[in-house]
Amino acid sequence: MDHTTKSIAYVRTEETPRSAPPSKSGGVGGWLKENLFATPRDTVLTIITFLVLLWIIPPVIDWAFISAVWTGDNREACIGPDTGACWAFVDAKFGQFIYGRYPLEERWRVNLAGLLLVAGLVPIAIPSVPYKRENALYLLIVFPVLAFILLTGQFGLKPVETPLWGGLLVTLVVAIVGIVVSFPLGILLALGRRSHMPIVKMFCVIFIEFWRGVPLITVLFMSSVMLPLFLPDGVSFDKLLRALIGVALFSSAYMAEVIRGGLQAIPKGQYEAANAMALTFWQGTRLVIMPQALKLVIPGIVNTFIGLFKDTSLVLIIGLFDLLGIVQQNMTDPNWISPVTPATGFVFAAFVFFIFCFGMSRYSAYMERRLDTGHKR
Amino acid sequence: MKKEILSAVVGVAAVAGLGAAAASAATLDDVKAKGFVQCGVSTGLAGFSAPNDAGDWSGLDVDLCRGVAAAVFGDAKAVKYSPLSAKERFTALQSGEIDVLSRNTTWTMSRDTQLGLNFAGVNYYDGQGFMVRKSLGVNSALQLSGASVCVQTGTTTELNLTDYFKANDMTYNPVVFEKLEEVNAAYDANRCDVYTTDQSGLYSIRLGLSAPDEHMVLPEVISKEPLGPVVRQGDDQWFAIVKWVHFAMLNAEEMGITSENVDEMMNSTDPNVMRMLGKEGAFGDSLGIGNDWAYNVIKQVGNYGEVFERNVGASTQLNISRGVNALWSKGGLQYAPPIR
Amino acid sequence: MGTDMAHQESVSAGADDSGRASLIYDPRVRGFVFQALLIIVVAGLVWSGLTNAHDNLQRAGIASGFGFFKERAGFDIGQSFIHYTNDSTYLRAFFVGLGNTLVVAVIGIFFATVIGFIVGLARLSKNYLVRKFATVYVETLRNIPLLLQLLFWYKAVLSILPSPRAMGIEPGSEIAFSLNNRGLYLPRIVPEAGASLILFTAIAVLAVWFVLGRWAKKRQMATGQQFPVFVTGLGLFIVLPLLAFFVTGMPLSLEYASLQGFNMVNGWVIQPEFMALLLGLSLYTASFIAEIVRAGILAVSHGQTEAAYALGIRPNLTSRLVIVPQAMRVIIPPLTSQYLNLTKNSSLAVAIGYPDLVSVTGTVLNQTGQAVEVISITMLVYLTLSLLTSAFMNWFNASVALVER
Repeated sequence: MDHTTKSIAYVRTEETPRSAPPSKSGGVGGWLKENLFATPRDTVLTIITFLVLLWIIPPVIDWAFISAVWTGDNREACIGPDTGACWAFVDAKFGQFIYGRYPLEERWRVNLAGLLLVAGLVPIAIPSVPYKRENALYLLIVFPVLAFILLTGQFGLKPVETPLWGGLLVTLVVAIVGIVVSFPLGILLALGRRSHMPIVKMFCVIFIEFWRGVPLITVLFMSSVMLPLFLPDGVSFDKLLRALIGVALFSSAYMAEVIRGGLQAIPKGQYEAANAMALTFWQGTRLVIMPQALKLVIPGIVNTFIGLFKDTSLVLIIGLFDLLGIVQQNMTDPNWISPVTPATGFVFAAFVFFIFCFGMSRYSAYMERRLDTGHKR
Repeated sequence: MKKEILSAVVGVAAVAGLGAAAASAATLDDVKAKGFVQCGVSTGLAGFSAPNDAGDWSGLDVDLCRGVAAAVFGDAKAVKYSPLSAKERFTALQSGEIDVLSRNTTWTMSRDTQLGLNFAGVNYYDGQGFMVRKSLGVNSALQLSGASVCVQTGTTTELNLTDYFKANDMTYNPVVFEKLEEVNAAYDANRCDVYTTDQSGLYSIRLGLSAPDEHMVLPEVISKEPLGPVVRQGDDQWFAIVKWVHFAMLNAEEMGITSENVDEMMNSTDPNVMRMLGKEGAFGDSLGIGNDWAYNVIKQVGNYGEVFERNVGASTQLNISRGVNALWSKGGLQYAPPIR
Repeated sequence: MGTDMAHQESVSAGADDSGRASLIYDPRVRGFVFQALLIIVVAGLVWSGLTNAHDNLQRAGIASGFGFFKERAGFDIGQSFIHYTNDSTYLRAFFVGLGNTLVVAVIGIFFATVIGFIVGLARLSKNYLVRKFATVYVETLRNIPLLLQLLFWYKAVLSILPSPRAMGIEPGSEIAFSLNNRGLYLPRIVPEAGASLILFTAIAVLAVWFVLGRWAKKRQMATGQQFPVFVTGLGLFIVLPLLAFFVTGMPLSLEYASLQGFNMVNGWVIQPEFMALLLGLSLYTASFIAEIVRAGILAVSHGQTEAAYALGIRPNLTSRLVIVPQAMRVIIPPLTSQYLNLTKNSSLAVAIGYPDLVSVTGTVLNQTGQAVEVISITMLVYLTLSLLTSAFMNWFNASVALVER
């Protein structure tokens, strides 16, 4: 090696040899190289992952489709070695999974309530559709009243008692009541927590931290076992209603924290501007602060709703038959007991929950992106 | 701020009000006012209280509720059922959510004295037993040391189990669940070797297993389990009505009055029969219900023997013999005070 | 978003009339009145609830108070980490439940964190297959209720395993590993006389390791010379206890499980209820932690990576020394709430028969009928756990927070 290289100064005196052209970077080969086999470590990871997939996917496909039983009248069809999913079970019990034991001839009412819900949800979910305020009023006030009349059977409709409700119906009822009640309650609690009045603030902090600190299941136990004792003699609530109260209080605490996040993100100038315009606290909140804060936390609200939707499955522990509860109950039907029935039922229920939650989380991500653009400078 | 919270509280209360029912202290007046008897039953135990696919309940415990409705309203259908877990059952009664609890509940001293309950009789004398797979080759409960035992939590069964294994110096692994269906599923999946609950329950549960013939109930009965209807303490009138509906069904069997011949029996000149069917005396009035109360019970529900046979007897899948539940005159324990 | 406005409008009516002269419109007076009314309303609700409860209990002749805690429980519990028999008191049963909850929560937090970090990093991998695999994992598990997953693991996976007898295990033969529907059976390490020395050695090595770390860091700060702490420490940790093991005459032995009568006996057993709960909790929470980790790493500006590369730091070291420490500040607060969620979610054990706090107190409730006392105390325990965890994590968060100079 030349002794000159030991000096600190280094000036290249000759041209470097030409590098080989880069290996193919386009096409399938290039993509594979870049995304799967970029380094030796990547190659190893790719091979391991591929083997894991090979180990998981073919049996799953075989179980769910190839060896699955699609038709049958009872467990006989699904018993046997190497039987896959027993979809015949889901087929036979489908009505129950959706409506519970809601009387057959009255199920149109559930369907109608479902349609009314979709009619309200679709336009509010699409940002470009106008009349958002009216739409929200419909969803938060008109729809619940109509659904209540239809489902319980008021005004001459045949009454259907809540113990007969079940399946997806109960899941949606619990989730929607939870969100509809928790939304206004959450706003009030969030405002209260940021209030300058110490007692109001303390009350809200205690309320929020209490519900957030205990598991939902103990809340449900409280509402099903303890609440009746705290009511005046002779006053008693429907079991479903008690669960609804528990769920609503619980989720309003979470909702409050989400909304508080939005309130905190509003610059102080906005509050001062509202005051400068001589708006009262409520006017300022209504016209200036909340519209901005809520817009910011739409993704958070949707996420809370997803959590609430998943948590509705807990009502099965206190003996209500939501989707998961009714699926589980039907697994023990002696006509359908087989080694594959539980897995089939759970996979079906998981699929339904997944569709709802995944759809909502995609929507939340979409809104996040949409809202994000407004803040990019 | 306060007003908003107040309005929210009122709002919640208003929503709650939709499902609330107010009642006065006297259960009978309350029941008459609302037009039906609210009856707490199990979440599904074939033969005792179980719904069919259409949601109609039937069973020995259910028939007692129907009997009470028949006595009060003359209509056995005037009953609404609340399926309750073991955990919920006493609170439901204490808080007034139900009027009578007829849910294969064991009469014990602590329940009678500490929980504010009154047991209105025994409509089924039971005892705790064990069920095992035949393939285990076990034929006595004394061979069960080291087994995993499935049991429903929070029942007298759980405590008896502990006592029995302790007394016989045996060990076991408890596998406990909150709900009966879960215990059933775990036993059926062979999570445990032994299933223990009241013997009547074992026969009923066996029917729901995937292969009922592969299981057997062991002969040992390790406890006394007098099952009966329960009412709240402090309402003697209602207590008496539930008690006497049960006694009327027993007396009817003893006198040979059935739902089929009760109309003929109305012409009977036997003073016992006449008193019972309201032809003589005013026993119904003294209970605060119609004098034809017993007639209605027998006509619409049947006597105890009929009810037993219809729900759990030899003609049913459960195929339980009368045993200790036979009338005292036939060597059993069922004994009713006379209507006099 | 007009909904809330409508609501506000209705509730604020009457509060915004014009005029400022009256005392009613003095904000301070109004604030005072509002708060006084709030106290009255809340106190009224609490009071009426309490009197109702008191009246109901009184009328029904139900005993109340916490005296029952000292009575004999009389039931058995399937798994317990403290000594418990059916002769123990309800209070002890309660602590068994609490212990079971804590054990499953701590182990669950450990696994959830490990899996969550791996998956979170995998989601950012340049490797297409790894990245997609991690994405599918996260999206699937996050969008299915935990309860459903627990029931799935318990009823559809672990329960349908064959029983030890059906597996054809020879009665009496020693089994090193067996997964059946009674649990996972592994050999148990049985310490004999002298085994404590091994434990002491291990503890001593840990202490040395710690001191060595401090010394090495100090020296590196002062002189720039590095010392291979990790390799040295690990080497000592393996070699010295092993040495102690041989010196003391190999005082550890393995106890294998074997089939006797109905069940496997001896060995180390992990019950299926515990396994299902742990699997469900860890995998579910990991999917959330993965997202937190991903977001945390993405929150570190790309400029930081480029700066590190410009300084000639290798990619691995860049992650360890530059990216992760900064990402941790973003990660820790939401991570805390996930740990809390996991702890609270462990109460779902009641659905699959694992004797956690809720499940054991449920049994106590059934046996004693003291609904109010039992449920309040259960909620209080969870509340305390939540507050303690929050406090600890706040402290920890403060200790890693960016110190502005």
